[in-house]
Amino acid sequence: MKNLRRTMLYVPGNRAAMVKDAHIYRPDTLMFDLEDSVPYTEKDSARMLVYHALRAIDYENVETAVRINGLDTPYGLDDVEAIVRARPDIIRIPKTDTADSVREVESAIESVEREIGLEVGTIKLFAAIETPLGVMNAPEISRASSRLVGIALGAEDLVTNLGTTRSEEGIELLYARSRILFAARAAGIHAIDTVYSDVCDDDGFLQETRLIKQLGFDGKSVVQPHQIELAHEVFTPTPTEVRNAERTLTALRAAEERGSGVTALDGKMIDKPMLARAQRILELAAASGIDVNRELL
Amino acid sequence: MKIERTGVAGSLESSDTLVTVDPHRGGVEIVLRSIAEARFGVQIRALIETTLRELAVGEARVQVEDRSALDCTIKARLVTAIHRAAKAEHPVWELLK
Amino acid sequence: MATNGAGREIPSRVPGIDGIRPYEGAYAHTPLIRREKGSRTLPRLNKLVDTLEDAIERTGLKDGMTISFHHHFREGDVLTNQVLEIVANLGIKNLTLASSSLTSVHTPVIEHVRSGVIRRIVTSGLRGDLGDAVSRGLLEIPVLIHSHGGRARAVESGQLHIDVAFLGVPASDLYGNANGFAGKSACGSLGYAIVDSQNADKVVLITDNLTDYPNTPFSIDQDHVDHIVVVDSVGNPQKISTGATRMTQDPRELLIARLASDTIAASGYFEDNFSFQTGSGGAALAVTKFLREKMLEREIKASFVLGGITSQIVKLHEEGLVKRVLDVQSFDMDAIRSSGENRYHTEIDASFYANPLNKGCVANKLNVVVLSAMEIDSAFNVNVITGSDGVIRGASGGHSDTAIGSGLSVIVAPLVRGRTPTIVDSVTTIITPGESVDVFVTDHGLAVNPRRPEVEERLRAARLPVYTIAQLQEKAERMTGKPEPIKFGKRIVGLVEYRDGTILDVIREVV
Repeated sequence: MKNLRRTMLYVPGNRAAMVKDAHIYRPDTLMFDLEDSVPYTEKDSARMLVYHALRAIDYENVETAVRINGLDTPYGLDDVEAIVRARPDIIRIPKTDTADSVREVESAIESVEREIGLEVGTIKLFAAIETPLGVMNAPEISRASSRLVGIALGAEDLVTNLGTTRSEEGIELLYARSRILFAARAAGIHAIDTVYSDVCDDDGFLQETRLIKQLGFDGKSVVQPHQIELAHEVFTPTPTEVRNAERTLTALRAAEERGSGVTALDGKMIDKPMLARAQRILELAAASGIDVNRELL
Repeated sequence: MKIERTGVAGSLESSDTLVTVDPHRGGVEIVLRSIAEARFGVQIRALIETTLRELAVGEARVQVEDRSALDCTIKARLVTAIHRAAKAEHPVWELLK
Repeated sequence: MATNGAGREIPSRVPGIDGIRPYEGAYAHTPLIRREKGSRTLPRLNKLVDTLEDAIERTGLKDGMTISFHHHFREGDVLTNQVLEIVANLGIKNLTLASSSLTSVHTPVIEHVRSGVIRRIVTSGLRGDLGDAVSRGLLEIPVLIHSHGGRARAVESGQLHIDVAFLGVPASDLYGNANGFAGKSACGSLGYAIVDSQNADKVVLITDNLTDYPNTPFSIDQDHVDHIVVVDSVGNPQKISTGATRMTQDPRELLIARLASDTIAASGYFEDNFSFQTGSGGAALAVTKFLREKMLEREIKASFVLGGITSQIVKLHEEGLVKRVLDVQSFDMDAIRSSGENRYHTEIDASFYANPLNKGCVANKLNVVVLSAMEIDSAFNVNVITGSDGVIRGASGGHSDTAIGSGLSVIVAPLVRGRTPTIVDSVTTIITPGESVDVFVTDHGLAVNPRRPEVEERLRAARLPVYTIAQLQEKAERMTGKPEPIKFGKRIVGLVEYRDGTILDVIREVV
């Protein structure tokens, strides 16, 4: 199970220059977009470009995702037909309001997988929650499919829907963020925050990223390469966190070698959540270029 | 596929290609203008010809204005232009590799 | 014994001393001294000449001679074309044009070659239509391409004998003391002009800013100058320099710059009092930004920065991160201002900069240099002069000088430009031999010359994305396909001279 999704870089699907090598910026996930960043007149063109790019280009170890158009649009089904054939790691569903939306897309994907002889379930799903209804249905959406590996908040239209505007501290998004996060955690999947669209305001971006990290989010959607660097910095563990993680995992190894079932560190029992957290911290640290004891990974 | 009208796809942005496919009588005519002509002209022409064969396009005038696009981009734009020119509602997946 | 002009008896021969000549009068053998001592009616002693035509005639410029120009005015140069126009009108022919470098504004040279005014070109680089024309066989005699250090060597050794140097200067007094940091056409360092002024048979200064005498501090000394012409405008100020060099915002270039900076930091050459030189634009300049962060982080100061100087370097100097600045070319107004104001921002000439055969040039003392490349091959040879279509559109410059002089030479370039891989089986033209190239940094990873195993080890230990150059080439070709070779004719249109005067490579005609 892929652990790191600190950054999901949006790549407009019809921009050849960006599509061909966006992986050099090393986001954790590349998100090729066929939806909002592509005008209606170019939906077919973008779809074909992303299809051919995914088949021809080696994106190395960067996870690939494609945001298709909704199945309720004239483009959605064609997108699924094309993109499943292109075999990205993930297909991202926009504007997911209900668990049924997820199941519909899953069904369409399965259909194509069978047609082309691809093992059913290969392509994973991401669902974007962009409406109040979607937020309220987040728990059900999160459990709607075994392919679903994460849900993301799309705040652009949501805030307008709520009858307010985006503020610096973001209080208006607190409930949406929290609910999405809790739903993700309850289902054991990732939670990704929305984009920060003012690309010139790095301080604002950092502030928002720190907030969502504190809330527990796994990562952030980004729209420009330089935001990747900034976000990864925020998700870089502190030396103390790294040390404690290493100690936790070392204690666990020692216990395993002794054949003991229970492990304690500093007088506290090491339970599963603590273990998972320690592993994640070590992975984050390694990804950030920090020197860690790699045997513990 | 039968070319019924003009189909255009792509753009003149750097790393992209603008492809125009027009109806034509008597075989296939390819007009290629590429910044990368000196080093990749042969390869690009071969790609265009292969794609036309794959999609069973026997008669067409294909104009390619290339701005140093990779093969996958040229192919994608060409395939889109052909579909638009052929008024194809959906991509013909059986023909595409 | 005989009586001399002062009425004294002087022996005609003295054992042990050769060449005794008797005094013949205070004015007899010093032609520049005025006979009317202290005259109030004559204008002050000066070397001013009314027009460029006059100046040219006085130099005695004849068919077959060599004339030179500098390139400190970059794309704002108007003088070269002006002088050539006049020379052509005077009916002078078969000249050798020895400009330190030629740019896209020098297109008129094509016509002068065709009409026979110019027979040979000796320069560091050619661009635009002129580069294109030379590539297609404009010149009967191949152009001779030299590095900045190589030109200084050639001029100082006499191999490149300059008959007349036409030097545009932003400020001069009436006796020939000139500098580059004052006036509307200010260009900063006159590093390339200085060497010419010291070695040419005749030196003509052209200025649009006649100052009071003496114009101190000066870069060009009056005792090397023959004639001075004052004109309205010695260059186009907008094109000579920008206000401040803007750092690239291109995410790819920033990515490369960041990796290059990480490479330098991990290479073993990044220590207190290290010295460096960077390029003047693109990723090669942006390295400065990231290097600065590391310098602050690790409390490392640079002993000096060398080369083409930009606002970024001036800022580092004024911040105290760079102790000394050695300037052979000032690229923007900040650099120009600083060269005039800051005591430790010093103008140096091209010989001091990079002549390999003087008593020691600065390039020898350089620790780290960051350079660009059009092509690099599996032996790490670098081409910066001919494009992917084989046409001349660049310059040798200080590339080969600094690559070999430095302890660590870092070449930065995108792995693929458009659709053309930067790494080729064999470069079209070698400007800098692979023996002097240490690391190649791209947006897809970096490669270390196998000659530097200890550097490679350090970079791997720092977890940088190190590949072999073959692996990087493969990556590129997987994306683009393998390029077809360029079709060249048999005819040689250019010779590439290495900095020591030997011929490194040839440039062939493009068909």
